[in-house]
Amino acid sequence: MDILQIIIFSIIKILIIVTVILLSVSYLVYFERKISAWAQNRIGPNRVGWAGVLQPFADVLKLLLKEDIVPEAANKPIHTLAPVIALFVAFTTYAVIPFGPNVNIFGFNVPLVVADVNIGILYILALTSLGVYAITLAGWSSGSKYSLLGGIRSSAQMISYEISMGFSVGGVLLLAQSLRPVDIVQAQSGWMWNAILQPIGFITFLVSAFAETNRLPFDLPEAEPELVGGFHTEYSSMKFAAFFLAEYANMFIASALIVTLYLGGWQFPYLDHFGLSAGWFAIISVAAFAVKVAALLFFFIWVRWSIPRFRYDQLMSLGWKLMFPLSLINIVWVAVLIMVFKL
Amino acid sequence: MALKRREKDLTFLEKIYIPEIVKGLSLTLKNMFKPKFTMQYPEEKFIPPASYRGRPVLVMEENGVERCVACGLCSRVCPPLAIEVQAAETEREKERYPVKFEINMLRCIFCGLCEEVCPEEAIVMSKDYELAFTNRKDALYGKDKLLTPVMQLQDRIDFLRNYK
Repeated sequence: MDILQIIIFSIIKILIIVTVILLSVSYLVYFERKISAWAQNRIGPNRVGWAGVLQPFADVLKLLLKEDIVPEAANKPIHTLAPVIALFVAFTTYAVIPFGPNVNIFGFNVPLVVADVNIGILYILALTSLGVYAITLAGWSSGSKYSLLGGIRSSAQMISYEISMGFSVGGVLLLAQSLRPVDIVQAQSGWMWNAILQPIGFITFLVSAFAETNRLPFDLPEAEPELVGGFHTEYSSMKFAAFFLAEYANMFIASALIVTLYLGGWQFPYLDHFGLSAGWFAIISVAAFAVKVAALLFFFIWVRWSIPRFRYDQLMSLGWKLMFPLSLINIVWVAVLIMVFKL
Repeated sequence: MALKRREKDLTFLEKIYIPEIVKGLSLTLKNMFKPKFTMQYPEEKFIPPASYRGRPVLVMEENGVERCVACGLCSRVCPPLAIEVQAAETEREKERYPVKFEINMLRCIFCGLCEEVCPEEAIVMSKDYELAFTNRKDALYGKDKLLTPVMQLQDRIDFLRNYK
């Protein structure tokens, strides 16, 4: 493939992925409302379109038509910049996550990943840490006590969870011997899923992912009952929607990342032994990836409507006194796996 | 900070959170498949029991005459002063009747004192709860809107006779 073809294929893949993310995010909001309703013996949105399927579009339209209010005391450039950072991080992180095997399209061998970077995992960790800036800057620039508290909480929370997240990823990297997401997926062929080989690492990473995406047991930066709306108290209209969008896109990316690192990525166990044609192999692989991500997203929403929020000191002590040692134990466990069982 | 001791410490299983989290998750999952309580409001309406205190109405006998004798007790007892009664005389056997009977529905607090104080069982609380106005004039309910045939109010009248 020459450089022009690579660029064209990359642009097509980017367009597809951005569309998929936007659509899945809008339907995540819909399912968030539906699942919360089901868990509380209600029906949920069912007025706009059949069973309410057009509800996300009605929501977006409503938010677009709202007045955009910037408080007097706000630092206006940064107040505007913060949601942009949030969206930027949410949409760029996905680039390195593979969602299928290499496929042959019109005679070209196309890998189903936007950018096959050999430091993919570092790239993801770096960008998700950038996401903290969006929340902290939003909280600081709003010129409101509640926002500031939300922003400060967010930075403290993210720092303490980034560490256990990084160490649990360390276990995965040891087994795959590569930072490249495609190789990590390849290393988990069959039932050699990292979730099965290193369950402690899987749990610490999952919990850290909840904290990283500000989802409910750890949504202290928002914490509606205590902080009004936390960092987005002073945001309205499309800027608020941008934060909302970024939160759900982060959830999507966190799920995709967990699938890639721990649940075998796009691989369907032993699919290559079934003797399927290359086309079917690719379709089933992509479908397996979609199903895994969807199941994790359901889990994210399900947890939100089941578990109450942690107190701030509980959150910090969980992060530093429990998750951090557990992720270290996990690294030792992986080392034992490699040394003793020669994995 | 002085730590208050718990009456009962958490057990080890409770301290590692995970079994408790699984318990909580299974509870919400179970509830997802239970029958729903939601009422599809404009299509499907809530029919209140007889004890429900909705919009106060005047009872109209079968012959089309109101029971009210315009004694004014209801307007007297009404805490937010929502009721206005003006009495007049007729040739009929029951010679007093209200020429004007007006309830300001913006003031009414649905306390039911008018109904309780009425010696004639002439004003009762109906089951009507759909009260929306676009201006203040519309909220003044005169006799035309208040008079309701006794048939429709039998439920409430029976309830009052049993429990009042």
